[in-house]
Amino acid sequence: MSPLNEEQGKEYWRRNLSLMLKLLTIWFIVSYGFGIILVDVLNQIKIGGYQLGFWFAQQGSIYVFVGLIFYYAKKMAALDKEFGVEEDE
Amino acid sequence: MDLQTLTYVVVGFTFALYIGIAIWARAGSTKDFYVAGGGIHPIQNGMATAADWMSAASFISMAGLIALSYGGYGGSVFLMGWTGGYVILAMLIAPYLRKYGKFTVPEFIGDRFYSNSARTVAVICLIICSVTYVIGQMKGVGVAFSRFLEVDYDTGLYVGMTIVFFYAVLGGMKGITYTQIAQYCVLILAYTIPAIFISLQLTGNPVPQLGLGSTLVGTDVYLLDKLDMVVTDLGFKEYTTNVRLSGINMFAYTMSLMIGTAGLPHVIIRFFTVPKVKDARSSAGWALVFIAILYTTAPAVAGMARLNLIDTLGGEDGQGLIIEDRPVWFKNWEKTGLLNFDDKNGDGRIQYSADKDVNEMVKIDNDIMVLANPEIAKLPNWVIALVAAGGLAAALSTAAGLLLAISSAISHDLLKGILTPNISEKAELNASRIAMAFAIAGAGYLGLNPPGFAAGTVALAFGLAASSIFPALMMGIFSKSITKEGAIAGMVGGIGVTLFYVFQHKGIMFIPDTAFLGDTLPNWFLGIEPNAFGVVGAAVNFTVAFVVSRVTAEPPQEVQGLVEHIRVPVGSGEANAH
Repeated sequence: MSPLNEEQGKEYWRRNLSLMLKLLTIWFIVSYGFGIILVDVLNQIKIGGYQLGFWFAQQGSIYVFVGLIFYYAKKMAALDKEFGVEEDE
Repeated sequence: MDLQTLTYVVVGFTFALYIGIAIWARAGSTKDFYVAGGGIHPIQNGMATAADWMSAASFISMAGLIALSYGGYGGSVFLMGWTGGYVILAMLIAPYLRKYGKFTVPEFIGDRFYSNSARTVAVICLIICSVTYVIGQMKGVGVAFSRFLEVDYDTGLYVGMTIVFFYAVLGGMKGITYTQIAQYCVLILAYTIPAIFISLQLTGNPVPQLGLGSTLVGTDVYLLDKLDMVVTDLGFKEYTTNVRLSGINMFAYTMSLMIGTAGLPHVIIRFFTVPKVKDARSSAGWALVFIAILYTTAPAVAGMARLNLIDTLGGEDGQGLIIEDRPVWFKNWEKTGLLNFDDKNGDGRIQYSADKDVNEMVKIDNDIMVLANPEIAKLPNWVIALVAAGGLAAALSTAAGLLLAISSAISHDLLKGILTPNISEKAELNASRIAMAFAIAGAGYLGLNPPGFAAGTVALAFGLAASSIFPALMMGIFSKSITKEGAIAGMVGGIGVTLFYVFQHKGIMFIPDTAFLGDTLPNWFLGIEPNAFGVVGAAVNFTVAFVVSRVTAEPPQEVQGLVEHIRVPVGSGEANAH
């Protein structure tokens, strides 16, 4: 069973959810936001030969996805340590 | 050495490698067979996951889908949908199922929803998704053989089945993991090398991702501007802004592919093979890095190949390709039926146009964009041979992963879990090998006699996983109050609605003429095409599960304990039976 008492357990879970929510907001904005909903607006801006909305839909969103996962993994490893629930090395 | 011999040598070498790995990585226990012993390094698992994940559809078809069928920007649904799912997988699914620490996805659903019925329903959903998916892979193997090695489709399929049989039956997950790592290396080289050459030729920039945004060699015109111009001249919609049907449809399509990714059992079980919960999180990141290398190259291949193709078809003076002068690769691919022209106006030239009455390129298959790419760009023969080996690696690695998910659901969930709980480990290991052999034979049979629905099956498999397994897993982890009745009703309702929608537009079991509503835009719910409907099925699943759970008895105390247990990493140990 979990080594955390009820209150610590709740706090650990709350912090996890709030981190997740933040990162999923970014996930949503770069793909559905920039790549689909706002694509026409962003296409007014050009970076090199890429219209920005098109770039997010076919390139940028993917790079951000990779960053989000590693950031989550790093932050969660730190959170695990803080609450003393990390696995033994 | 001529191309034919060279292709045999390269493909033969990769097959020898896979068999060598199979002999080296035999499975000695059920734990080896189901989760590769549970000691795979997260980067290795990331690479294996990437190969597991990227199928014949990603390798052979996707660039062509983007370039042709989905007309440029519309193809973004595949690029975002098939990568963004890993973010959900890494945050919402993989770490918790790794902590849970058993062997299969239905096993978790059965435990969390304290019911063998829930487990059985999950097994059925898993088999429906995975079988739908594996047919496409078997077809990919047969097609790759027949095109590159000029053997029969059937013979090609038998050779492919024998190879998979060898390493999957002997090694289970362990054999599959190490062959997938080798297959990843083969397929990524085969994909990127031609792309680098073509990017250099067109833009002078060796990085295709940058090349797509650069100017064409010797001019100050951007490649994408030029592409927009030439496609609109031919009467097509502008490449960079061509929406797939509607914004809502693109939204639903992307979301269906994303949550389908996070609900596909053959991908999820790969994360049971890493030692720790934190490895499951970072391994999803590595998987996406390896996937992104191909997925960010694909749009460049799509745009550049489309431009090259239009250029070739324009002929030297832009008035249409003179039929007598068409290049050798053109003639070669005509033989396979992937390219076809019809000189309608009899002027001895091929006119390519968006207007159906004028257009003389009556057939340009999506797959040609990747398969003929090296020839169009006049690359050396060894590159062409490598593309053949890459296509086979992509199809075989995905087929093996799917077959493992199917066979472990049969031997571990149905046999050991429900029918004969007392069988010994040795007997279970034998049973899993027999189940694997049957699964391969069954998939081979379906590959030889593809049912009517074999076309477009891959996108459908995602819709089915999105509407059945993903919501059940998510509610199992994030809610303590969803009951067994709720979960079962949700899964049945979700997959039922999705199948119903597909059948009503595409025909019952895809038999033509049994569709009771036409497969056209006015008949679609909110203008959402059947392939994109998984997200609606998922919404139905969540809603039904929530409502039913409100009116049924609360889950027992130990289930609430299980949910708390999987939410913190400590005390995971390696994945094991108990």
